Amino acid sequence: MRPFDYTRAETVREAVAALVANPEAQLLAGGTNLVDLMKYEVAHPAAIIDINHLPLRQIEELADGSLRIGALVSNAAVAYDSRVKERYPLLASAILAGASPQLRNAATTGGNLLQRTRCYYFYDPSSPCNKREPGSGCSAIGGVNRIHAILGASDKCIAVHPSDMCVALAALAATVEVEGPEGRRYIPFAEFHRLPGDHPERDNTLAPGEMVLAVRLEGNHFVPHHSYLKLRDRLSFAFALVSVAAAMDIADGEIVDLRVALGGVAHMPWRDSLAEAEFAGAPPTEETFRKVAVRLLAGAKGQGGNDFKIPLAHRAIVRALSQAAAGTPQDQTVKAFQ
Amino acid sequence: MLNHSRIVGFPFSRIEGPLKVTGQAHYAAEHHAPGLLHGFVAVSTVAAGSIAEIDTAEAERFPGVVKVYTHENRPQTAESDDKWKDTAAVPGHPFRPLENGRILYDGQPVALVIAEGFEAARDAASLIRIRYIADEPHTDILRERRQSYVPAEPRGESMVPPPPRGEPEQAFAAAPCTVSAEYVLEGEHHNPMELFGTTVLFENGGLTIHDKTQGPQNTQAYVCNVFGLDPEKVKVRNDFVGGAFGAGLRPKHQLFLAVMASLDLQRPVKVELSRREMFYLTWRPATVQRVSLAADRDGRLQSVMHHAVQATSRYEDYQENVVNWSGLAYRCDNVRLSYELAKLDVSTPGDMRAPGAATGVTALETAMDELAYEVGIDPLELRRRNFADHDQNQGKQFTSKALDACYREGAARFGWDRRSFSPRSMREGHDLVGWGMAGGVWEASIAPAEARVRLSVDGAVTVSAAASDIGTGTYTILGQIAAETFGVPLGRVKVEIGDSTLPKTGVEGGSRTAASSGSAVQVASKAAVKTLLAHAKGMPNSPLARASEEDVSISEGRLVLERNHQIGLSIGDIMDAAGVSFIEEHGKIEPDEAQMKKFISYTHSAVFVEVKVDEDLCIPRVTRVVSAIAGGRILNPKTARSQILGGVVMGIGMALHEEGMIDHRTGRIMNHNLAEYHMPAHADIEDIEVVFVEEEDDKVSPIGAKGLGEIGIVGVAAAVSNAIFHATGKRIRHLPITVDRILGA
Repeated sequence: MRPFDYTRAETVREAVAALVANPEAQLLAGGTNLVDLMKYEVAHPAAIIDINHLPLRQIEELADGSLRIGALVSNAAVAYDSRVKERYPLLASAILAGASPQLRNAATTGGNLLQRTRCYYFYDPSSPCNKREPGSGCSAIGGVNRIHAILGASDKCIAVHPSDMCVALAALAATVEVEGPEGRRYIPFAEFHRLPGDHPERDNTLAPGEMVLAVRLEGNHFVPHHSYLKLRDRLSFAFALVSVAAAMDIADGEIVDLRVALGGVAHMPWRDSLAEAEFAGAPPTEETFRKVAVRLLAGAKGQGGNDFKIPLAHRAIVRALSQAAAGTPQDQTVKAFQ
Repeated sequence: MLNHSRIVGFPFSRIEGPLKVTGQAHYAAEHHAPGLLHGFVAVSTVAAGSIAEIDTAEAERFPGVVKVYTHENRPQTAESDDKWKDTAAVPGHPFRPLENGRILYDGQPVALVIAEGFEAARDAASLIRIRYIADEPHTDILRERRQSYVPAEPRGESMVPPPPRGEPEQAFAAAPCTVSAEYVLEGEHHNPMELFGTTVLFENGGLTIHDKTQGPQNTQAYVCNVFGLDPEKVKVRNDFVGGAFGAGLRPKHQLFLAVMASLDLQRPVKVELSRREMFYLTWRPATVQRVSLAADRDGRLQSVMHHAVQATSRYEDYQENVVNWSGLAYRCDNVRLSYELAKLDVSTPGDMRAPGAATGVTALETAMDELAYEVGIDPLELRRRNFADHDQNQGKQFTSKALDACYREGAARFGWDRRSFSPRSMREGHDLVGWGMAGGVWEASIAPAEARVRLSVDGAVTVSAAASDIGTGTYTILGQIAAETFGVPLGRVKVEIGDSTLPKTGVEGGSRTAASSGSAVQVASKAAVKTLLAHAKGMPNSPLARASEEDVSISEGRLVLERNHQIGLSIGDIMDAAGVSFIEEHGKIEPDEAQMKKFISYTHSAVFVEVKVDEDLCIPRVTRVVSAIAGGRILNPKTARSQILGGVVMGIGMALHEEGMIDHRTGRIMNHNLAEYHMPAHADIEDIEVVFVEEEDDKVSPIGAKGLGEIGIVGVAAAVSNAIFHATGKRIRHLPITVDRILGA
């Protein structure tokens, strides 16, 4: 860790101004990821802008019935909020599948969106890594890549986004509310994170000086038919090898609106809405779900160590969709898969 | 002297527990002194090669930095390897921190930054610029096994395979039922809660060194030898050790570096290693093993062949007993055991809970399960039919072996008789359910040990020995043994251990401390009672005038006749009459060499495991374990049970989770943190039942105890693996058994 300047922002305006004034600055919320990265010498922010005093710690119900989750609301507070549990049980479930109670108490909504990959090489400052040091190369390609991407990777980066919460938010088509020097704007969740392409150093589409204010949820709640299924190397406190946020509306024995978001497989929560749309009208059967899995994984490519993720993702998609269709979502307190 | 006090053999909580949970137990890196300096170690980022250039200028300019040490300015220390060899050293050249610019392994210490504060030292360390000349690293045992060799110098007699007996190849070829398979066990890394740390203080005209170690006298001798110090001027303490499991048997480089800097700067220094550095220290070496078993149609073993290749470093031949178990666990007259090493560009591996047995018995017991299916009989029955009634490797009798009782009681507790034989025959929802079992064995022995016991006029007792309590319960059981002899409550006994100036004790390893130090305390305690009796007999009109040692015991502060407690004298009166305020005696025990020519001792276990594996998703869960242990006399069932529980959890980690992941292109360990190096979380551990079977043994140690530190892990990984086979029909011979290995099988 290197010495840094510390300032405390009292207003969003102050925070944005500080970010604009110092492009090397980083915002500090829960600190569960940033502080680690600083200790590991992965991040060396010249300045830390502490935003913990900003009024972003509420979950509000807006006039249009949507829910606005402030950027500083802890993961635990979201997961146990009665409105979230009732209307967006997929989100509550995904959050509880992640991290540990201690981390969920400290980690924030905004921070969850902005957490960085767990790629071994990204975390190791002496390894070449295009995400950490653009142009230095990708050590994970041809290296230890058991946990890496099978979808949407580039020859510059095969890292994955580690979040569980974001996988549910992708399936729920949330909106990210951001504030920047140009004012406020709203980013559809599918456009918030990005694929690595030639610029893996950029995890998301935030413009310089922009910060996350809130996440908004509206529209379809998928209460009857949803499930979050997470597969990992131990039963708790491990990042997903593959996770699936599955949701659907069913009417008259047909799928009306299908949502499948995948975690642990790509640089961002992976969703293919075109593919989803192809299954409108299909019966919610295992046969259909196998086709969904084949369709979603059509472009999947293994890197050697992670080849197993392709069949594993296939099976997880089928199971999660089956759970959702049956109205028996995976209970995160139950170890057996339903 | 009979057991009136109900102390030994009863479940007492740890006597030092309140200190630990209230933060009053100070560990090695929790000692302070005015002017204490902090050290931070910079480590190499290549696995093989040399340092071409090391630039510390920026680090030295960092505010608060006092000095930066590298191989270019390290003070001179001992020249010969002998001086660097601690009592747990292995054949080869012991590692010398900052000796030269050569890089032998990933994570090797290459610089020490000393600063006024920890943060300054750490931050400055990141500013050191190093240019390496990297050589091609060799870290993959599956490749390097081609250059395997028999170690020229054995680490110890017990690690040398016995000569072959019978005609194993011919017997194998002739037998109707055979299995032969290769097992790959990945390297595991020690990660006790407490990191390695050393605090060096200047006290009483000498050094007091608080070190994380399993042997304060070993540390003390090492420091004196390496730095040429007067042993009278160096005291080493390890009052409390936050887990070690074998990692703390040998001195770690933070000890050397802290002492070096404190001597050079003449200031107190503390150096604590990071979690990351745990992955560059003592580790359980990867092995590749082939086990070939042959049996007749009834399952009687006709041939056992076990060959192991185990990883070691370039600079030392670390050895453990991997294969010898296969020659003594079951009866077989045709046996060939062989053991070789393969040199890798890694740090020297070291002892990790049941070193050798945890790996070798895993291969043997998995192969036994495979043989049971080849023969077509129940895996437990196969083991019963091959019961060994003596050690065929050495031709010795067992001092005791209650393994039958482990089989019987373990199976009963588990409900083994309800098991269906066929794989994939038990289901529950999406889960395939599997029941597997394995046997375990570990050596039981005592090491030379001494202890001092003081009985005060007020009946208070103090026990002293340079033993260590690495979380095992040593404080408590030594207290229990003294309390029982002196007929006082445990609370009246003060136990002093973890100090190099106390009576001589070997390193806390090999499951020997309870039996060894415990026996020494008993010997000293009995000697004190004898002295007390001598004083009593000298008193005028003594009611004990004609009593012998065997006739008396202490009860409620009085030395009394066993047959009639009314007859006796109070301790106070006896000491007053003798004009003393306390009686202090020394106790010493040593292995009985004559007995060892005929007898040998082992602890045994039978482990029964239930797993559930989702048929499609292939995620394994261990849902139930019964571990039945034959460990001689159980001194404290509570701390003993904890030992076994911990061993089982570690075994589950070995079976399902733990694996150092090396990028063989660079030879570097990539998952060097607890987020990516997985050990079981609470969710991974369900019901574990520990059964101690009755086992009387009057030969293994004077107190009849065998030691329990290691046996709990032995066999667990095999039992899990066998259960996964029973559940899924897939035999996975590569640990850990992760989802990808099940999916791909």
